[in-house]
Amino acid sequence: MDVRSQISMVFHLDKCIGCHTCSIACKNIWTDRKGAEYMWWNNVETKPGTGYPTKWEDQSIYKGGWQKDNGKVTLKGAGKRRGLTNIFYNPNLPVIDDYYEPFTFKYLDLIEAPEGNDQPTARPVSLITGEPIDIKMGPNWDDDLSGTPDYARNDPNLKNLSAAEQEVMFQLERMAFFYLPRICNHCLNPACVASCPSGAIYKRGEDGVVLINQEVCRAWRMCVTACPYKKSYYNWHTGKSEKCILCFPRIEAGLAPACMHSCVGRIRYLGVLLYDASKIEAAINDDTDSLIDRHLDIILDPFDPKVIRAAKMNGVADSTIHAAQFSPVYKYVKQWKLALPLHAEFRTLPMLFYVPPLLPVMATVKQVDNSAQSEKMNPIAKYWDDNWLYDTSTKDLWGTLDQVRFPLKYLASLLSAGDEELIKDKWKKLMAVRIHRRRVTVGDISNEKADEVLQEAGITAEMADGIFYLTALAKFEDRFVIPPAHREQAIEMMDFTGDTKGEVGFGIKSKLRRGL
Amino acid sequence: MNMLDNFFLIALPYIAIAVFLVGSIYRYTYKGFQLSSLSSQFLEGRKLFYGSVPFHWGVLFLFVGHLIAFLFPKSILAWNSQPVRLMILEITAFVFGISMFIGLINLLIRRYTTPRLKFVTNKMDLVVYLLLITQTFLGLWIAYNFRWGSSWFSSLLAPYLNSIFVFQPDTAAIVPLPWTVKLHIIGAFTIIGLIPFSRMIHFLVPPINYIWRPFQQVTWYWNKRKVRNPNTLWSLHRPKNN
Repeated sequence: MDVRSQISMVFHLDKCIGCHTCSIACKNIWTDRKGAEYMWWNNVETKPGTGYPTKWEDQSIYKGGWQKDNGKVTLKGAGKRRGLTNIFYNPNLPVIDDYYEPFTFKYLDLIEAPEGNDQPTARPVSLITGEPIDIKMGPNWDDDLSGTPDYARNDPNLKNLSAAEQEVMFQLERMAFFYLPRICNHCLNPACVASCPSGAIYKRGEDGVVLINQEVCRAWRMCVTACPYKKSYYNWHTGKSEKCILCFPRIEAGLAPACMHSCVGRIRYLGVLLYDASKIEAAINDDTDSLIDRHLDIILDPFDPKVIRAAKMNGVADSTIHAAQFSPVYKYVKQWKLALPLHAEFRTLPMLFYVPPLLPVMATVKQVDNSAQSEKMNPIAKYWDDNWLYDTSTKDLWGTLDQVRFPLKYLASLLSAGDEELIKDKWKKLMAVRIHRRRVTVGDISNEKADEVLQEAGITAEMADGIFYLTALAKFEDRFVIPPAHREQAIEMMDFTGDTKGEVGFGIKSKLRRGL
Repeated sequence: MNMLDNFFLIALPYIAIAVFLVGSIYRYTYKGFQLSSLSSQFLEGRKLFYGSVPFHWGVLFLFVGHLIAFLFPKSILAWNSQPVRLMILEITAFVFGISMFIGLINLLIRRYTTPRLKFVTNKMDLVVYLLLITQTFLGLWIAYNFRWGSSWFSSLLAPYLNSIFVFQPDTAAIVPLPWTVKLHIIGAFTIIGLIPFSRMIHFLVPPINYIWRPFQQVTWYWNKRKVRNPNTLWSLHRPKNN
């Protein structure tokens, strides 16, 4: 047993309201620099949708992540042979147009325009060339645009769904969607680290944060290809790649990362997980069907005396073990088994977990005969051909799960590597918590029925209360259990980041200038 | 003429090599952030293929070829002793030279016709392009007109370069050579001298280590196992935790 600690995250998708506050907090702190304007280390996508960069999940385009063929797990688009022979020209590198051309507006024109008959306008200009541009895309260009042909219909996760299933999904007012906030997953088997020819990317042993050493990066740009989540970005101005740093200067100071701190919906949880590094290799080589089970197997019980002893042997700080025992992430992922990793089939073992959304999926759509209605409506208004009914009534609880607006297959493709039973299991638990809490607070559900529901979902009343507390009532200290970094004993590496704000790079002591 | 010859064939090489060594080591040690290939593929990812790939493979082959002829002139002469083998070597090298030349022209056109690239281009880039294009053109010219280059490089230039490195410069064999050849030598040392001041420095940091390093890299601030071990001397390794 090789016990290590990892700061890991849970995002509760049911609570995400899609406000993008996290993205803005991150942008203001880290990526408002030249060359980084297009980067969104944290972004929020509307699902179904194509995301940022466009269709990032489609690895037939971007060749990200690991693939298993002939029993061997290799990087899909990078790796030793492919990375070194393609070093002069990376055929799988997304270019800036796959993200969007960063832009601003000529606001000064609004006040400085000479007097005239027309209102002055602020024209959009490119942040690269400074020339006026027509904005074609932005980081959340398809925000709330589920059901539109350009975006939602192109979601790579839809490829397993039949035409009829897709139709059902998009029927109801063409507006069934949820939000998917994404940051770097700080994986246990990071493809970016494995792909970096110059060895600039590394995982920190103490907290598992994956970082790019800006002094060692040589712009071979393989990490951009290799990361299946497209969370490693190339700074075109400095000639260095950059990625989410999990706000490590904040974490080391005991503060929550900016995106999590600012989260309006309080969907984000951060805590320590202890894991067994010796199990990683077996897990990434596993079959896709059991990949998630093996992934969760790596995570250890922080209360187990054997684990604690092994952790101490490995030099994990007592304070970190203590934090692991109170970790909200451990509760969601292991104790309650409510959270799943995003696209586990990429085999990077992501350490950011998602609680699948329940609210947008529980109503059903039924086909009805609306011809009578149509005849009445036709002379008055437009032609009425909507033969679908949005049905929120449920006769029995689980019956609806199979006919929900979001086919299980869709969420399974996103969060469980195709395993529909896993998603169903989470939904049952989420629903059981609601029924249990309704029994407690409203009291219109009989004890027998509530207990039966809990039993079928496989959780106890105490667990349901715990889930309810951490989901709905949790305070700051419950959501973010950050172990002390003990940086008081480490060498002072960083200046106050504010001092070098606006410069290239962040917080590094010498003034940074682009190479010649 | 003698003074000019002495300057360009003796002084310039020493200046160039000194500047190259001091400049590169300084930049590597103190300006690590500036060491980058400064790839512009992210801003323009289509035309680059027709420039970067032929140029880089060409320059890589020719650099290694010149290096081998300098380090092992006898083996090159031995290889060239049969006309067929000489032809194979000369034609291969010439093809790589053409590939490098075409690549450079494509890169130059790409850089100055793509609006976005203007903003990641500086004056030194133009200097580098023009210098490399001139140098490649001279090389092709020499290879075509003064045959067979691989043989006389090994017997004339290798001893000259060797004399530079052992600090006993001997230009006797070089002075009578045509001016195009001398220009090629001057160009070569100018390029070497410019390496620390241009993006060419990225050729000093090729990712060779990647071939044998493990895929995953985990870094600790300090050795935590050791710190936890009670036998570790506190005076040497203060316990950093708890």
